[in-house]
Amino acid sequence: MGLRTPLYNSHIKLGAKMVDFGGWDMPLHYGSQIEEHHQVRTDCGMFDVSHMNVLDLRGAGVRDFLRLLLANDVARLKTTGRALYSCMLNARGGVIDDLIVYFMDEQWFRIVANAATRATDTAWVGAAARDLGGVGVTARDDLAIIAVQGPNARAKVYQALGEALRAATEGMRPFHVVTVGELMVATTGYTGEDGFEIILPAKAASFTWRMLREAGVPPIGLGARDTLRLEAGMNLYGADMDETTTPLESGLDWTVAFEPRERKFIGREALEQQKARGVARKLVGLVLEGKGVLRNHQKVVCDGAGAGEITSGSFSPTLGKSIALARAPAAVALDGRCQVDIRGRPETVRVVRYPFVGHGRSCLGKQ
Amino acid sequence: MSQIPKDLKYAKSHEWVRTEKDGTLTVGITDHAQELMGDMVYVDLPQAGAQIAAGKECAVVESVKAASDVYAPVSGEIVAANDALAGAPETVNKDPYGTGWMFRIKPANKAELDGLLDAKAYDALVASEKH
Repeated sequence: MGLRTPLYNSHIKLGAKMVDFGGWDMPLHYGSQIEEHHQVRTDCGMFDVSHMNVLDLRGAGVRDFLRLLLANDVARLKTTGRALYSCMLNARGGVIDDLIVYFMDEQWFRIVANAATRATDTAWVGAAARDLGGVGVTARDDLAIIAVQGPNARAKVYQALGEALRAATEGMRPFHVVTVGELMVATTGYTGEDGFEIILPAKAASFTWRMLREAGVPPIGLGARDTLRLEAGMNLYGADMDETTTPLESGLDWTVAFEPRERKFIGREALEQQKARGVARKLVGLVLEGKGVLRNHQKVVCDGAGAGEITSGSFSPTLGKSIALARAPAAVALDGRCQVDIRGRPETVRVVRYPFVGHGRSCLGKQ
Repeated sequence: MSQIPKDLKYAKSHEWVRTEKDGTLTVGITDHAQELMGDMVYVDLPQAGAQIAAGKECAVVESVKAASDVYAPVSGEIVAANDALAGAPETVNKDPYGTGWMFRIKPANKAELDGLLDAKAYDALVASEKH
């Protein structure tokens, strides 16, 4: 038996197909993964993501600590209520995890990181905090997270959870956060759609889940979460990057703050050396022109540029064809053609810029 | 609970076989198999005229989750394939024993049918896989 979120019983009652995800028993889908995918793109749906790791960092030294710990710079968070996506690197520039950090107040930042890397993250952050001092780290296992995503997410959340929440969040732009009573409500997500991630006390989770359901927000499994994030061109830790790859090889250059130059952060030296040498590999998008489905670890051969590997491959329900992220040689050109070996059969793929889908529509035509 | 119609024969690799009046055999994958795989997105079927050998892969189904081979339950010649699945692979999920059929075989040796499972034996196989 795996670990269970506070919503485990709700999933069982809803007939979810449960699977192991990083040691947790989580819902893969509640009937049809593809229908759930379309539900989020065209209306809205909710995800139980309580398996994710919430760490509260508090203390007078917390900002300085995070400026050292993270490749992105929390100095970019100038006012409370802002959020930032960042990688946490080891000294070789490898990605220990990717996470979102929320600026709650000058002595309190909250991190939400991946479930599968919980033990590594907690040890790494804990050890760094002990080395530096001035910051205390608390794992918030007493909290749950419900993500409500989709074009109608806000309206349905207001309907379910009331006017106080509307007053506090109306007009909030992406990557912001507010607290409303016991809820922390953030305009972040992993689908490419508008919506909220709501962090709340574990004991309030099943009640809130029910209120959202009664307002017409159906539950969505982790299967659709994966195809939604892939269409939106968002990396998945452990698939698209890990401790053996750097952000520069993972399409995450934009999340590394090299400026200001005097800021030291863990992994900086390794990344600067890699940049100076020239980054040999990059993450590209692939679209399969024929039939079939691209899968993780399939080999990608690009004439004249060398070979790479698919890091996330799946079927895009919005586009009706297979798409993938692949780590490819830096020389691979956009709009070029490569070959992927699908079960012994060579298939042609087109190299594209990602995201593949934005606000429910294909981005492929714009290239 | 997945459906296991009594009048069909089953292969251990989760195909079902129906004997038609003209002696040909219609083949698909079971309700249990489609449930395990999840939403189908691609079906690659053999062409009419192809010779197939019992126990050898002769079709591929791909779901959002994974690709899986479909094995020929008996040897023979493909006389028809359900081309409607190309445009609507989800039919395999919705109606695995009906409009979700995959291909029809003219068997080379009808005695091979006796080597397949009946509904009761297949039910026991599915139950044993769940543990």
